Amino acid sequence: MNDNPVPLSRDELLRAYRMMKTIREFEERVHVEFATGDLPGFVHLYAGEEASGAGIMMNLRKDDNISSTHRGHGHCIAKGVEVKGMVAELYGRSNGTCHGKGGSMHIADLDMGMMGANGILGAGAPLACGAALASKYKKDGSVGVSFLGDGASNAGNFLESLNLAAVWEIPAIFVVENNGYAQSTSRDYAVAVDSYVDRASGFGMPGVTVDGTDFFAVHEAAGEMINRARKGGGPSLLECNMIRFYGHFEGDAQTYRGLGEVEEIRKNRDCLKKFIQQVTHAEALTHSDLDGIDQEISVLINEAFDEAQNAPRPTEADLLTDVYISY
Amino acid sequence: MARNITIREAIREAFDQEMERDPTVILMGEDIVGGTGSPGEDDAWGGAMGIYKGLFGKYGNRLLDTPLSESAFIGAAIGAATCGMRPVAELMFIDFLGVCFDQIYNQAAKFRYMFGGKAETPVVIRTMYGAGISAASQHSQTLTPIFTHIPGIKVVCPSTPYDAKGLMIQSIRDNDPVIFCEHKNTYSIVGDVPEELYTIPFAEANIVHEGDDVTIVSYGLMAHRAVEAAKQLAKDGVECEVIDLRTLSPIDMETVIESVENTGKLVVVDEANPRCSIASDISATVAQQAFKALKAPIEMVTSPHTPVPFSPDLEKFYIPSTEKIINSVQKTLSN
Ligand SMILES: Cc1ncc(C[n+]2csc(CCOP(=O)(O)OP(=O)(O)O)c2C)c(N)n1
Ligand SMILES: [Mg+2]
Repeated sequence: MNDNPVPLSRDELLRAYRMMKTIREFEERVHVEFATGDLPGFVHLYAGEEASGAGIMMNLRKDDNISSTHRGHGHCIAKGVEVKGMVAELYGRSNGTCHGKGGSMHIADLDMGMMGANGILGAGAPLACGAALASKYKKDGSVGVSFLGDGASNAGNFLESLNLAAVWEIPAIFVVENNGYAQSTSRDYAVAVDSYVDRASGFGMPGVTVDGTDFFAVHEAAGEMINRARKGGGPSLLECNMIRFYGHFEGDAQTYRGLGEVEEIRKNRDCLKKFIQQVTHAEALTHSDLDGIDQEISVLINEAFDEAQNAPRPTEADLLTDVYISY
Repeated sequence: MARNITIREAIREAFDQEMERDPTVILMGEDIVGGTGSPGEDDAWGGAMGIYKGLFGKYGNRLLDTPLSESAFIGAAIGAATCGMRPVAELMFIDFLGVCFDQIYNQAAKFRYMFGGKAETPVVIRTMYGAGISAASQHSQTLTPIFTHIPGIKVVCPSTPYDAKGLMIQSIRDNDPVIFCEHKNTYSIVGDVPEELYTIPFAEANIVHEGDDVTIVSYGLMAHRAVEAAKQLAKDGVECEVIDLRTLSPIDMETVIESVENTGKLVVVDEANPRCSIASDISATVAQQAFKALKAPIEMVTSPHTPVPFSPDLEKFYIPSTEKIINSVQKTLSN
C-alpha cells in the first residue's frame, strides 16, 4: 500500500468524485422516474457500486475499451459517455445514445471506448478479449476491460475468455463485480470457489481481491494490472467485493435479502461516503470543493431528464434503418 | 371442475400435479427457487415470472436453482433425461438460446436418430419469448422458427391456460425433447382449466374462431390478435376461420389445408422475423398442397426483418397489430 492514503492529484480526486457522484445522482433519479411508470423496459441500477467503475476507469484512457453488463449505467458514465444522451436513451428517444434502439441494457458509445452494456451475461468477456487482441496488433498500448457480475462469472463465455486471454497473453483485464447476488441467487451458493483469485490462478493469470467499496483500493489494484497489461504483461483478474443499494432490477421486491440488510449496507458500506471521509480526513479536498461539484451535477441531471422527457420520439421509418451498413 | 385461472397458474399446476404423480420429474433453472443461499425467503422469486412459487416448500430439492451457466445445466437436464429422469429446465429468455444451443440442437435433437433409435430424451426446456415490454433486442425475440428448423425437437407454443396445462403435461410425458415457448405477455391471460390432469396431443391445431371467408393461421400471443381481428371483421360481415396451431413441431397442416380448401384465402400471422419463419413455412406448404384452392395470394403478417427495437414508439410498429391483420385479410378479399 502507498503511504499516502489518497495518492491522487487534487484534479484527479475531483474527477473521481464527479464520476461517482454523477453515477449516484443519475441512478437515484432513474429510481424515482422509473416508479412513475414513464421509463420503459428493464433498468438495473449501479448505485452503491460506483467505486469499482470509477476506480478502474480513472486508470483508463479514451482509447481503452470496456465491455459492460446489464448493470451498465455506471460504466458508461465513468468511461465518459455523455449523460444527456444516456437519459434520452432510457426514454427511447431519437436523440439518445443509440437513437432509442438500445435502451438501458444496450447503451454503447464506441468512440468513447464503451463497447456496450449487454443483455447477455458473460457476452462482454470475449468482446473485451477482441479489443485486447486488436491492441496487440496495433501496438497502441491500449487495454480491453471486461466487467462481469458474480453471476456472469459462471458463464462459459467468461471462463473460455480467461483461458484465451492467458494463452494469447493479451492486454485484457477481467473485473468481477461481486455484489453477492445474481438476481435472487446467492454468490456463495452459485460459485464453488471462495475467492476469484483461485479462479484466476486456475487459468494461469494473476488475480487480486479488493474491497470494491473503497475507491482507492480499486484504483491501486486496477492501476497495477492495467499498467502491466499495457507493457505486454498479459491479462489479470480483479475481484471487487461490493454491494448493490437497490433490487436486481427496478421493481424487485428483494425478499431474498436479510432483514435490515439494505439499511445496514447503506449506512456502513456506502462507497461514496467512504470516499468523502477519506479525502476530507486527509485534507486533500474540502466539503466546499465537493458541494460545488454536487451543484453542477444536480443541474446536469435535472437538465438531462427535462430535456429527455421532451425529446423527439423515433418514427416508424426509423424501425427499418441500421440493420445493415449496405443493403 | 374447471376454474378460471391464469397461464402462470396453469403451468404451476401442471408441474405440481406431474411432480406428485411422477418422482422422476425435476425442475431446474436460474432463480426458479429464487433465494438459494441467500439470507431471506427461500423461494423469494419462484422464477423470473413467479411460476414456481410455492413448489419448493412441497418438493424441496427436486427444484434446483442453477448457477448462471445455461450450457451446463441445460446440457445436464438433457443428459439426466437420457438416464431416467424427466427434467424441465428453464431457459429464462429464449434469446439466451445462443449460449446453450449446442446442447439442444447437436445433442438432444440428434440422439434418437444418430444412435439408431436407441435413445429417449424426455426433457422439456421451457422458455419465454416475444416482444411488447421494451425489453430490447436481446430479450424480446420470437426464435420459434430456429427450433422448428431442426428435426428431432418438438416445439410447443400455448396461447391459453387450458392449452398451457394440457400441453405442459403432454410435454413432460413425451419421450422426445420439447421446447415449450411462452409469450411473456400471456402469463396473466385467464381461462377455464380443469382441476384434474389431462393432456393435449401434439399436432392438433385448434379452431378458435369459425368462418368461411378467410383462413387466419397463428400461434401464441398472435393467436389472440388474430381472434381480435376476426371479431372486428365479423362486424363488417367478413367471417374468418382462425387456427391456433398450438404446436409448431409437429405441426397440424391438415387442419390448415382443410380450412384453406374451404376459404381459398390465407393470412398467416407470426411474430417471428419473416425470413424462414413459421409464416413462410406455412405459406410454402399451402402453396404446394392447396395451390388450386387459393383464390388470392397468401398474406404474411410478421415483424419486419429487423432486430426488436427498445423504444416503445418503435416496438409498437414492430409487433404485428390487429390493424395489420385486418388490412391483410381485406387485401385477400380484394383480389
Ligand atoms: C446468458 C444470460 N443468462 C441469464 C440472464 C438473466 N439474468 C440477467 S441479470 C442476472 C443475474 C446477474 O447477476 P450478476 O452477474 O451477479 O450481476 P448483478 O446483477 O449482480 O450486477 C441474470 C440471471 C441473462 N441476461 N443472460
Ligand atoms: Mg451479482
